Amino acid sequence: MSSLTNELVHARIMQHAAEMVLGSETAYDGILIVETARESLIGLLTLLKEDKDLNYHFLTTLNAIHYPDQTGRELGLTYHLHNWMDNRRIRVRVWIPVADPHIPSLTGLWPSANWMERQEYDFFGVIFTGHPDLRRILNVDDMDVFPMRKEFKLEDGTRTDKDDRFFGREGNYQQRLD
Amino acid sequence: MQVQSYFSQLDNFEGELATLNLGPTHPATHGIFQNVLKMDGEKIVSAEPTIGYIHRAFEKLAERRPFNQVTPITDRLNYCSSPINNMGWHMTVEKLAKIELPKRAQYMRIIIMELSRIADHLVCNSVIGVDTGALTGFTYVFQERERIYDLFEEVCGTRLTTNIGRIGGMERDFSPRFHRLLKDFLKTFPPKFEEFGSLLERNRIFMDRCIGAGPITADKALSYGFTGPNLRAAGVDYDVRVMEPYSSYNDFDFTIPVGENGDTYDRFMVRQEEIRQSLKLINDAYNNLPEGAYHADVPDYYLPDKPDVYTKMEALIYHFKVVMGEVPIPKGEVYHAVEGGNGELGFYLTSDGGRTPYRLHFRRPCFIFYQAYPEMIKGAMLSDAILTMSSMNVIAGELDA
Repeated sequence: MSSLTNELVHARIMQHAAEMVLGSETAYDGILIVETARESLIGLLTLLKEDKDLNYHFLTTLNAIHYPDQTGRELGLTYHLHNWMDNRRIRVRVWIPVADPHIPSLTGLWPSANWMERQEYDFFGVIFTGHPDLRRILNVDDMDVFPMRKEFKLEDGTRTDKDDRFFGREGNYQQRLD
Repeated sequence: MQVQSYFSQLDNFEGELATLNLGPTHPATHGIFQNVLKMDGEKIVSAEPTIGYIHRAFEKLAERRPFNQVTPITDRLNYCSSPINNMGWHMTVEKLAKIELPKRAQYMRIIIMELSRIADHLVCNSVIGVDTGALTGFTYVFQERERIYDLFEEVCGTRLTTNIGRIGGMERDFSPRFHRLLKDFLKTFPPKFEEFGSLLERNRIFMDRCIGAGPITADKALSYGFTGPNLRAAGVDYDVRVMEPYSSYNDFDFTIPVGENGDTYDRFMVRQEEIRQSLKLINDAYNNLPEGAYHADVPDYYLPDKPDVYTKMEALIYHFKVVMGEVPIPKGEVYHAVEGGNGELGFYLTSDGGRTPYRLHFRRPCFIFYQAYPEMIKGAMLSDAILTMSSMNVIAGELDA
């Protein structure tokens, strides 16, 4: 069913768009992740979508993630594409600084990106340039924060019984409690 | 006099557009959705959906809950088929922790998941009947849905928000009463369901109302991210159960029904046939249910037997560790998709090795395909728009997360 392997896909991308690729790795679940810069995002995604051999024609979903410790690359955008003919998935990742959270919108490539991008704007404050209607979607219109960012605690910060340092969490979790 | 002046005002609207607020709490929308419609008489010129009325911040909540405590959140996504959500989440964590389930547990999951698919489709299809003016079928199949809920109750104690199963398998084996109820259901449900089908499937009034209502082409459906029955009604045979078989779906032979026009009638018919296929899957899984354990042997993630917790030191320690979320979990990111009632329900879990997800993103099929709704109802009659919405099976819980 799937004659396309991660190696072949990677080779094909490098052949056509080596300058757009900043790095690549295989995720924990075996799916290829290609990292790119926001300037080349649309170019790379167009290639992945239009190229007859790659044929990643379906945008499964897209989501943002916030790492407050990674200075200059705090916000990560992950685009999940799926090729149904060969049944291969791929993720395209872009890191952007939280101080300048701009990234080109995919609405020209996939109309389905419209609400997905509105959702990530709503929760992370990522500004998708070129989006036709970038408004909050799930939260109230007059909310003035981007609640999925890690600086917004979910629970009362004075609670000590849920401090994850006591439960073997690795990394600097204190950041999220402060 | 007032009435008269009101009507004389209406006359002035000729050639102008009227704004109509459909929702948020309108009895015909079966959920909390708002659509601000621009109407030319009874024709819809444009629609502007507003969503988020029951947003409960699930993605944020999940970041402060141990993995097993995320399950009750998933109940409340598509609450018409909670067990599929629960098990999709369990399988995501099992993928991260590399847990392999015994065959019996996998088949038990298939039985439960297909039962919930039947419950989900029954609600959707009978509500399509209601919106075309046929209430009888709805009251009839809701009794059958109650019987499915009886089965859930027997497995997990609850009916709607099930929290069914655990990470690593099922919480308990099927009880003798469950076997009795399921055998009875498998025997008596199909004729009743066929009776429901015979009320609507070839009913002239129903067909006239549904054929051509809210159509979408395969191309458009793909570009709008459709999955599930709505996409299959447009003629694309994408089904996660076949593309990326989980829980041993590849052991079974079943058909993916597809439609042609992507209209309300095709969506209805695809769901009807999926119910028959689900019944076949349940029969096959139940008749071939292997002996063995109903959960994997993973004390790190699966709670020990309660009597052991009271009497054995080791079980007590594991119980404490599981409940407090003290067990280390691998770092990494996994995506797992299941075929939910409405399409590809995906869980994208990023773990930093802590006891809660660092980030959990739900790919909610409703949220993605509902954005095509304004385009699907443009130029249609208001009554067709209502019908289109119920046939898309937009579930507010899944839409808003």
